[in-house]
Formats: sequence, structure tokens, C-alpha cells
Amino acid sequence: MRHPSLSMLATGLLILFATAASAGPPAAKPNPEAQAQGTLMPEGIEVPKPPFTDGIFPCTSCHDGKSMKVNTQRRQLTAMHDDIVLKHGPESRWCLDCHDANNRDSLHLASGEKVPFTASYMLCGQCHGDKLRDWRVGVHGKRTGSWNGVKQYLLCVHCHNPHSPHFKPLKPMPMPTRPEAIQIRKGGVR
Amino acid sequence: MPPQEGCDTSGGCGSRREFLGTAVATVALALTGCGKLSKEEFLQHNFRELSKDEIQTVIARLEKEYQEKFHKTVKVGNEPAMPGVIFGYALDLSRCIGCRRCVHACVKENNQSRDPEIQWIRVLQMDKEEGVNLQHAEQYYNPDEVPQEGHFYMPVQCQQCKKPPCVKVCPVGATWREKDGIVVVDYNWCIGCRYCMAACPYGARHFNWGEPHIKDADVNPATHYLGNRPRPKGVVEKCTFCIQRTRKGLYPACVEICPTGSRKFGNLLDPSSEIRQVLENKRVFKLKEDLNTQPNFFYFYGV
Repeated sequence: MRHPSLSMLATGLLILFATAASAGPPAAKPNPEAQAQGTLMPEGIEVPKPPFTDGIFPCTSCHDGKSMKVNTQRRQLTAMHDDIVLKHGPESRWCLDCHDANNRDSLHLASGEKVPFTASYMLCGQCHGDKLRDWRVGVHGKRTGSWNGVKQYLLCVHCHNPHSPHFKPLKPMPMPTRPEAIQIRKGGVR
Repeated sequence: MPPQEGCDTSGGCGSRREFLGTAVATVALALTGCGKLSKEEFLQHNFRELSKDEIQTVIARLEKEYQEKFHKTVKVGNEPAMPGVIFGYALDLSRCIGCRRCVHACVKENNQSRDPEIQWIRVLQMDKEEGVNLQHAEQYYNPDEVPQEGHFYMPVQCQQCKKPPCVKVCPVGATWREKDGIVVVDYNWCIGCRYCMAACPYGARHFNWGEPHIKDADVNPATHYLGNRPRPKGVVEKCTFCIQRTRKGLYPACVEICPTGSRKFGNLLDPSSEIRQVLENKRVFKLKEDLNTQPNFFYFYGV
């Protein structure tokens, strides 16, 4: 067939429109309740509840834009969140690089597109694209559940504190008993 | 005609074979002093030769035995290998921090003897400068925190070889490779000669020198005949990829516990499985590949 038929043209046009429509407005407004529970994300990845500090979410209970004005000034936090140590990437990084100033119950990408806390992996994946790719196929990160069925994923932030993401050292569990330390006891070795 | 004395008392003694069996068992009991061994146990065949009915009888006997010993209901399963499945395992050496959570989760899941404690996973601390060099491996490391500067960690367990030397040397056929790639032991057929332990280049097999001690409360009641059912004294045991879990579709206990997500498990025949993703996209090696044991256990670098 040399020339594209009418139906093919129509299909092409439809695809064009569809992409234009989806690229238009950013993602739907994040729902605070769904984020607090953990939910099924659009791409079919079921994620658990993000590891919020107790009582901290929704952020808009304080940062509602009325009682507290948005302060974009880079500064030492004293009144609240002073426990957060920011040790992630360059010195110039700041809260509002990731947290959205206008809707505190959501995060935003570098493009300005809002993402809910339950899809924070999108945010991490902006810089750590190789890790995001590996996480999606199950090579990076932990999965539990069923090897041939439903799996439980963890978000990046379940293992890596987003403010200082280096994996924290652990205390090792007891070492094996040295052979010379094994005691012969009654009812033991004949 | 064989003499028929003794058959009247036992009731169902119909055949010559059965009579001789009983006679041999009685003599053997008297000679060897294996007083604890019941007649049924003594006459039990290799697991692979048992019919479905016989397996059920054996399992019922074992469950009764465990009930008496541990004062709780222990379920002994015998799920067969799933068709179209060969299990593979991959461990990310760039992520493991040597915390030994897997070692102890394994002991808990698989009913190993606690006194002395038998561990199926051995975590080796190695020098980064040396690379994977078993001459520079330390298993008795015990710092306050891991990972230690300048070191990496390499857990070693049964590699579920495609050409297992342990199976080759077993003089009685008490250990074999199942269709899904798991190398198993029939503890009731094992004679405890420990040839397999000598043959295994990974130190993955362990011997019950004494009567395994497990507290009643610590016994995991979900077991498999070829896996984590409580073992008798004098037999060899090993990692079975948690056969009692994986044949039901669950991940092994070590995968579930690993806090760093270093452990990957799945079906080698499923192109979309995690294990295949690792094998196709990462730098992978096998431990002691030169021995041609062809493990289904792989080590990789996730970075």
C-alpha cells in the first residue's frame, strides 16, 4: 500500500490528540487520604503507606496558606522540623525543591508537575533514573509476598530517609558459635 | 514354605516378604541397639520409591511423632515441584551489609538445632582490596556496626547446583536434585556418612552430631518432608530454598527478612521474573565456577 488510507489517517490524528490531551494539565490533585493509607498507583504498582512521622500528615493542617504564610526564604528552621538533617546532594538543596509550596500535601518534580507522596519514586527517579528502572523490575529494593503472584513493594523512602538517604549501619546479629566453643552435654553427642 | 509362627499375633501378616521384613527388623533392632527406631521407620523405603498412599502413611506417622515430641500440631507437607519452574537465586554483593538477619531468620524458619545452633547461611566478611578471595574471608566478625570500612560481605549457602557433587557421592541415594532445581535430602534414608559434606565445595551441608534441640515454642509447624521438618540425630541437612514456602509461591525466609533487598529469587524460566532481569542486565558470577558445579545461585553487582 503506497498511500495511507483514510482510516490510518484518522487513527494517527486520534493518537496525536490523545497525547496532546494527556500532556496538558498536570496529574490530578493528590488526595491526602489516599496518600496516608498507601494506594494503587496509576502504573499498577501497589505501594504501602509512606513512612510519615506520627501526626505529621496532612501537612496542610499547618501549612494551609492562611494561618501560615509561605516563606520561600532559605533559612535555619527553628520552630518546627528542626530535627531534619538535610544531607542529600548539593548544599544548595532546599525543602521547596521537592515539597510543593502551594500544596504541601504533595511533592513536585523539577518540571513543576505535582506528584503525591505515594509516588515519590517519580521524584527520586529524576536523578536516580537507573535505580528507578531497576526498582520497577524488582532488581533494586526489597519485595516480599509471592514470587509468582502478588508482591509487596517498598517505596524508596522506606529504606532511604529522603533528607539523608545513605543506608544506616546496623548492629549485626550474633556470630556463629566457634567449633571449639560447642559444649558436650547430656543427651548431646553420643 | 516359610515358618508362620508369629503371624497369628500380628494379625495382618500375609506375605512371606512382610514376615521376613519384620524378622529382619527385629534382628536389626536387637543387633544395632537402635531401640528408638520403629519397625515402620526401619522398613521405610527411599522417598522417591514411595507410592502416594505410602507417603501419606509416612507423613501421618511423622506428624504423630512430632505431636508427641513437641506437644503441638506439626504439618508435614509433600508439595511436588511446580511444572515449568526452575528456581534461581541472586545475591547483590554491592548491597549486602553483613547484618546476619538472613542467618537467623533461616534458623527460625527451618527448625535447625538450636543447641548447638546449626546455620545454613554463612556470611563471609571480605576485604575490598582483595575482592572475592576466600583466603581473606572471616565468618566470625562481630563489630558494633556493619558494614565495616574497607569490607564487603558475601553470604554463602547451598548453591543448588545443576551438577551437585554431593548427590554424586551419596552412596545410598538419600539426596537428589528435584525437577525445580532444589537439592533435597531424605532424612529417613540418610545414613550419616557425611560423604556429601566432604564433596560440597561450598560448605553448605551440616551434620546433626547430637539430638537437635528445639524448644516446643520455637518449632515452625509449617514443614515439608524434604525440607524443614524436624530432623533426627545423625543426618545431614542443608538449605532447600525454603521448599515449604517456595513451592507454595512464597519467597524464602532470607529474601523476606533482608533489610537491604540484596536477595532476589524467582523462576529462571519466566522471562519477566526478577531473577531473569538480574541475569540479563547485571554483572553476574558464580562462586567457584571453575569446578563446573553449575550453581543456580548467582552473585551480582547491582550498581
